[in-house]
Amino acid sequence: MEDEVVLLDFWPSSFAMRVKIALGEKGIKYKCKQEDLFNKSPLLLEMNPIHKKIPVLIHNGKPISESLIILQYIDQVWNHKSPLLPSCPYQRSQALFWADYIDKKIYGIGRRVWMGKEDQEEAKEELMQCLKTLERELGDKLYFGGQNIGVVDVALVPFTTWFYSYETCGNFSIEAGCPKLVAWAKRCKENYRSVSEALPHPLQIYEYVMELKKRLGLV
Amino acid sequence: MAVVKLIGAWPSAYCYRVIWALKLKGIPYEYIEEDLSNKSHLLLQYNPIHKKVPVLLHDGKPICESTVILRYIDEIWPQNPLLPADPYERAVALFWIKFADDKVFLLSKLYQTDGEEQQAAVKEWLEMLEVMEEHALIGGKKFFGGDEINMVDMAFSFVAHWLGILEDVVGLEIFEPHKFPRVSSWIQNFKSIPIIKENLPDVDKMYAFSKHGREMMLASKSN
Repeated sequence: MEDEVVLLDFWPSSFAMRVKIALGEKGIKYKCKQEDLFNKSPLLLEMNPIHKKIPVLIHNGKPISESLIILQYIDQVWNHKSPLLPSCPYQRSQALFWADYIDKKIYGIGRRVWMGKEDQEEAKEELMQCLKTLERELGDKLYFGGQNIGVVDVALVPFTTWFYSYETCGNFSIEAGCPKLVAWAKRCKENYRSVSEALPHPLQIYEYVMELKKRLGLV
Repeated sequence: MAVVKLIGAWPSAYCYRVIWALKLKGIPYEYIEEDLSNKSHLLLQYNPIHKKVPVLLHDGKPICESTVILRYIDEIWPQNPLLPADPYERAVALFWIKFADDKVFLLSKLYQTDGEEQQAAVKEWLEMLEVMEEHALIGGKKFFGGDEINMVDMAFSFVAHWLGILEDVVGLEIFEPHKFPRVSSWIQNFKSIPIIKENLPDVDKMYAFSKHGREMMLASKSN
């Protein structure tokens, strides 16, 4: 029986991009369904009744929500190639720690940067601190996963397509503060088709952000 | 020399999860009490990113974040598993653990606020209890883990023990057992397990600690 894999997606979402990268890495065929987050489909409400959020992976009719959980599910089920998590338990715990760190910090702080309200300056500083911390963790490695991308790379790289929006809305340069991290993002896109295909162009994200800001009455 | 050490703080709901996991699996460990108002060099060295407890040290290697720690423990010592092996069941368990983890802050939100902010916290508590009742505990299971407790039960432990104490501190009844029969049943079952019952912070001590924290907060607000 062939697997049926459906992804409930929203193209600017960094969280959804993570899942697309993982599916790409594993060579999994799937149907991608775009959601309108201002008009959520009955399918989304049925598949994720608690949070009503994307991404949701539906595998043979069964829904899995929360992007990092989806990544681990994909890694466990399709374990024939491109492992996302290290096999050593200690290294796995460190990878999960950093993935959790990225989850706790980047989206929320980044949002405060592009929204451009009174706390923007504070948010910019926090963002740079987090990115510098991540850059230190990367060190001299090619990728957070070592020689190949792993769950931490997949968790973080989608946010890099939002960097242009953060920088333009906040009037600052991320590359100036974190050149190695920006180089790492470039490397991911150049060497991994799954990454370059999953990430929209930064200008598309910026266009979306500006539309969203208008909609929220922020411009 | 102990191979496993746990740096914890007695009021912290997160730390007990690790204690329960280690005891369930029969793993001997050395416990190091941390004074969170005066963080030790040890804590700052082993958790420089978050500077929080719990921190597990295994052969001197630190693991931080209680859910990450529990998963590590589960992999190193597979007896009495804390997560399902089936990928889908596991994903569902991880979903509920994250849900619970994202709600633990409601403990502080309840006793460290007053007025409108506190009312908003009460509303969020009721919404969370509804989700537990209507979605997480369906199927007539004794525990989230089925017949035995697992990591999901441990993640929701803050509802089983800490909520009741804080309700007394703030003088509000949020959890009405007749409104949440499944949650109520689960709480009774969970707290009757010896390893859980014997490893919970003393109610009076926790009450005094939280009451003091609340008084300090209210005092600083009025200044």
